[in-house]
Amino acid sequence: MRTSQWSAAALAAGLVVTLAACTPASESGNGSSETESLSMLIASSSPAESGYYEDAAARFTEETGTEVEVIIANDLIQQLGQGFAGNSAPDVFYLPWDQFQTYAAQGFLEPYAADLANAGEFLPALQEQFSYQDEFYCAPKDFSTLGLQINTDAWAAAGLTDADVPTTWDDLSAVAATLTTDGQVGLSMGREYARVGVFMNQAGGTLIDNGEVTADSAENAEGLAYVQSLVDEGSLAFPPDLESGWGGEAFGLGRAAMVIEGPWINGAMQNDFPDREFISVELPAGPAGPSTFSFATCWGMPIDSPTRDASMQFIEFLTSDDEQLAAAAAFGVIPSTTSGSAAYAEQFPENAAFVAGVDYAVSPVSFAGAAAVLTEFNSELETFGAANPASILASLQTNLQAAFDSAQ
Amino acid sequence: MARAAQRTRRGGGIRRGEARAGYLFIAPAVIITVVFLAIPVLLAFWVSVSDWNGFQSPLNPRVNFVGLENYAAITVEDGLDQRNFGRSIRNNFYYVLLVVPLQTALSLFLAVQVNRAVLKGRGFFRTAFYFPSVTSSVAIVIVFQFLFLGTGAVNAVLRAIGIQGPNWFNDPTGIFHGFVSIFGLTTPPPFLADGGMLGVSWWEWLSGPSVAMMVLIFLAVFTTSGTFMLLFLAALQSIGAEIEEAALMDGAGPFRKFFSITLPMLKPTLFTVLTLGLIGSWQVFDQIYILGGGAPGGTLMTPAYLLYESSFIDLQWGQGAAIAFILFVFIILLTLLQRWILRDRAPKKRGVAQTAVKGGVS
Repeated sequence: MRTSQWSAAALAAGLVVTLAACTPASESGNGSSETESLSMLIASSSPAESGYYEDAAARFTEETGTEVEVIIANDLIQQLGQGFAGNSAPDVFYLPWDQFQTYAAQGFLEPYAADLANAGEFLPALQEQFSYQDEFYCAPKDFSTLGLQINTDAWAAAGLTDADVPTTWDDLSAVAATLTTDGQVGLSMGREYARVGVFMNQAGGTLIDNGEVTADSAENAEGLAYVQSLVDEGSLAFPPDLESGWGGEAFGLGRAAMVIEGPWINGAMQNDFPDREFISVELPAGPAGPSTFSFATCWGMPIDSPTRDASMQFIEFLTSDDEQLAAAAAFGVIPSTTSGSAAYAEQFPENAAFVAGVDYAVSPVSFAGAAAVLTEFNSELETFGAANPASILASLQTNLQAAFDSAQ
Repeated sequence: MARAAQRTRRGGGIRRGEARAGYLFIAPAVIITVVFLAIPVLLAFWVSVSDWNGFQSPLNPRVNFVGLENYAAITVEDGLDQRNFGRSIRNNFYYVLLVVPLQTALSLFLAVQVNRAVLKGRGFFRTAFYFPSVTSSVAIVIVFQFLFLGTGAVNAVLRAIGIQGPNWFNDPTGIFHGFVSIFGLTTPPPFLADGGMLGVSWWEWLSGPSVAMMVLIFLAVFTTSGTFMLLFLAALQSIGAEIEEAALMDGAGPFRKFFSITLPMLKPTLFTVLTLGLIGSWQVFDQIYILGGGAPGGTLMTPAYLLYESSFIDLQWGQGAAIAFILFVFIILLTLLQRWILRDRAPKKRGVAQTAVKGGVS
């Protein structure tokens, strides 16, 4: 009996110790000690991207003595959420455009960007995209715009020449129809707001105009109706109908002769379909002129970060033109600074179309709460064909209005 | 042992110290339960009535009490949150409605088959049926993704017998909707289109599981029936051979024997299997997560996935926790209901004699 009591006591004590060990040992682990260390959480699209950041971190450590731990996220948003909830957010992290407003509105972010030495060098459109209530929060990491990719072999096989590169909607319908054969559609793209939305913009529509939700405008309906007409003619099919995970896969497999994607298509083709010959051109203009989307990611920093100075130094290092061009060479994104993007267009003429898009690119709608509404819109787009554009836009209007009101 | 007993006796009454020892013995279990179960549940409840946005601890002073606001947003207030919740309940309801009976019936059938003494190679079949249960569901979902491609193996087989299969995982059509559309009913009749519950019209409620969901239902039945077969098998083996012999002597055929002898004796196991199945299928998450959320058309969205999405993606942790609590209460109510249905009833028809016998035995 005695022995059992003692062992039970020992077991209980052991348990208490174990539980105590689970709680964080010290709250201010990375205060202002001499050799600081930073943690950086990134989402990597390819080994090229993670490899580049590991090298860049090593170069930065060499230069300044600050250690940087690169953490590659499996699921960036989930890991960020966990970090913030557990009070252990990474010092520097990727923050995609569609999450920025939500994070800024919830007060998660340190508005450090205006204090950066190179704050004025970022492209104005990007500064605006990463500002919340007129305050420039986080430094744009890089950005991409959408362009039209053309499979040059299919193009030649259909008897098309350089003169046929589409510049208007009518051209696009015509070449898409010409390129459509058995087992190959003319055009493909993701069935989502981030692709279909450019057609709405090209028709002159917007979702938010001067603080008013205008999703159900005639212009937006015109844009959707045009996409619908391509579907009806059989010259546009969405990736799921082509047995592909995304547009690039359909393109690489030769099931679509043209796709609408961004500069990431270069890396993807190189990795998965190295034999695919293609060019990227600007998106054809709609009745209201040219338009494309720009997608950007910024370097987020948690509010009241104890490593603010070191992190800012690191971000300045990463957003310098040299590093951004090195990143561009490694995995194809466009530098976020004015001079960097100009140098990029020169160095990578095959991507000039993406840089050209900067002039008229708009950011997709992304205020706090918009993401859920756009997810709903994307899922309604799946009934595309069965439902008419007006009814899809009507429910988008209602949902977006509700989200917009509660975001104000 | 003898020395210890002696010492206890010397120290006073024979029961002295036992209470203390008892508490010590249960202490680890109690501590584990409190730390890993009670505290998280209480904390989650607090989150569900607060405006915590996922920043730092939910107990920090910036977090405010908002009452039932989060519950209201998903149940009574018109809007996207409510509609998503309603839709996820509908999807999961059809999932449960098909998965639970099918997996129970299939696992019972398999257990009876592999329990038969005449079956050759019983060991092989037991292993084969149990195998899907020990395989990671992630792996199975991925294999299914390939099997059920539009040009995948399943459709190739269907084509061989002259059927054009759907694009399974990308088909949001509800099967009831698909069925009535054969008779030309593609738009809802007005009385179904107007009214509704939780922001979802009656017509939408009656859609049935989508084609994509049917694949997941098939997958769930396939993976879980092995586990439950094992439970039934254990119970079957505890039914003594003499009872079966007695039934045989009384002239019961195999069907009569199964429904009048075997099934009633399996009732406790049946309850376990139904309860576990019910709980498991109301919490389906990993398959949905791997398939990338609610697509197609939000017909794969389940409450468990929705609560993940509203918490981690939309940073609406309060709403996420509220969904979790509604789901929790819902599962408990269903389990109680099921327990009530399967409760032991005194036999009614041949009343007196049998009750007397039963009373005599116990």
